[in-house]
Amino acid sequence: MTVGFLSPSRIVAPHDWNRWLIPPAALSVHLAIGQVYAWSVFKPPLEETLGLSGTQSALPFQLGIVVLGLSAAFGGTFVERNGPRWAMFVSLVCFSSGFLVSALGVVTKQYWLVVLGYGGIGGVGLGIGYISPVSTLIKWFPDRPGMATGIAIMGFGGGALIASPWSSQMLESFGTSTGGIAMSFAMHGIVYALFMSLGVLLVRLPAEGWKPKGWQPDKATSGRMITNANVSANNAIRTPQFWFLWIVLCFNVTAGIGILEKASPMITDFFSNTEAPVTAAAAAGFVAMLSLTNMLGRFVWSSTSDIVGRKNIYRLYLGGGALLYLTILLIGDTSKMLFVVAALVILSFYGAGFATVPAYLKDLFGTYQVGAIHGRLLTAWSVAGVLGPLIVNAVADSQAAAGKSGPDLYTISLFIMIGLLVIGFLSNEMIRPVNSKFHEPGDGAGQVAERAERGAER
Amino acid sequence: MTESTGPTRAGLLTFVWLWVSLPFAYGVYELVRQVVQLFTG
Repeated sequence: MTVGFLSPSRIVAPHDWNRWLIPPAALSVHLAIGQVYAWSVFKPPLEETLGLSGTQSALPFQLGIVVLGLSAAFGGTFVERNGPRWAMFVSLVCFSSGFLVSALGVVTKQYWLVVLGYGGIGGVGLGIGYISPVSTLIKWFPDRPGMATGIAIMGFGGGALIASPWSSQMLESFGTSTGGIAMSFAMHGIVYALFMSLGVLLVRLPAEGWKPKGWQPDKATSGRMITNANVSANNAIRTPQFWFLWIVLCFNVTAGIGILEKASPMITDFFSNTEAPVTAAAAAGFVAMLSLTNMLGRFVWSSTSDIVGRKNIYRLYLGGGALLYLTILLIGDTSKMLFVVAALVILSFYGAGFATVPAYLKDLFGTYQVGAIHGRLLTAWSVAGVLGPLIVNAVADSQAAAGKSGPDLYTISLFIMIGLLVIGFLSNEMIRPVNSKFHEPGDGAGQVAERAERGAER
Repeated sequence: MTESTGPTRAGLLTFVWLWVSLPFAYGVYELVRQVVQLFTG
């Protein structure tokens, strides 16, 4: 039971609260924790100063991603029970203290402290922070849930864009000795704590019965796959809809991450046998553009899903993605422009898959415990994070060993990605409204907000 | 109860959006600069 300042009862908004104050609260958390994707900035100085291998220096990041998935899956129910301010505060404390413990680890040359601090403690901050604003945003924007969660999850993508140049500049200023790296870590911990505190202070829950001006829940749900009922997190994982959506997310992420993780060598290999091979600098530019479309796709496509519907937008992500992969396969190394455009759109679908899924969950399971259900669904991300790079790297290595080069290195991987996207597409087609036997007792129109409030209070 | 047309809290709204959008704009600026540099030499 949360008491005092962090309690959900303390953050029920007055009736005249402006709901556009909620997205910045969410962004202050997501822009901070998105730093995790810029971990690579710290790898070379850590390797040089502490004498680590590349594999060792990746450990804090890898542990961080694993703990992110686990804490989102297992901490979701606590987030629903204790409310968004508690969750954001826990995220702030864990994420920032993770940096401080890492600083201590570097200065004392105890690398295990860096792994434990950034990956273990910081990883809890990542997982709890990632899901902390989701259900709150959906409650404030029941008319545009895709756009609202799209803004927050775009922030997670944007976090790396901020951290990458900022961390580099800090390492340049403080130096790459143990003292310099430790100072950089400590500074990250302090600045991120300050930055995230805005979210802790600003976040509010809508008052009981609140709804946007002119919005009518019954009208919004008529004739579409959007429920007025509510399903608990424990019941949600017993429904086929949850697992179909798990497959959709997992395979959509697998298909995107396969390109993202190997983008630079992939474009270089693809055009290595042409008259105009891709230089290392141009390949780095290609990677940067992928980051941009990955981020923009989160907002643009997720917002579009509010208009065209969640099922239709995933048809585009999965079906369109499969066709784009097929295009890359068919054109081979004949058109650099077409290759680049197809990859950029695929990456926009990859990011959008993350951003749209909370709204899809809300449509299927209601707002009652959508944050906790979202946390459990994120295990699909953990699986895809291993699966995608594994497929692309293993296939490319085996093809290189077989003496192949150019696009041939990736032909089998591309076929596999198309197959996964087709399975994801079919899974999406299987999604129907949830059977009423899974609904919470007494659910119906008009009770959604009340139950959501009670859920936050429990 | 529906969304109120009461005070808009314009000052707070501006402050909090600037709080998050300025670092974000910095990140996007650095990214675009990198892309432009790489393709123009």
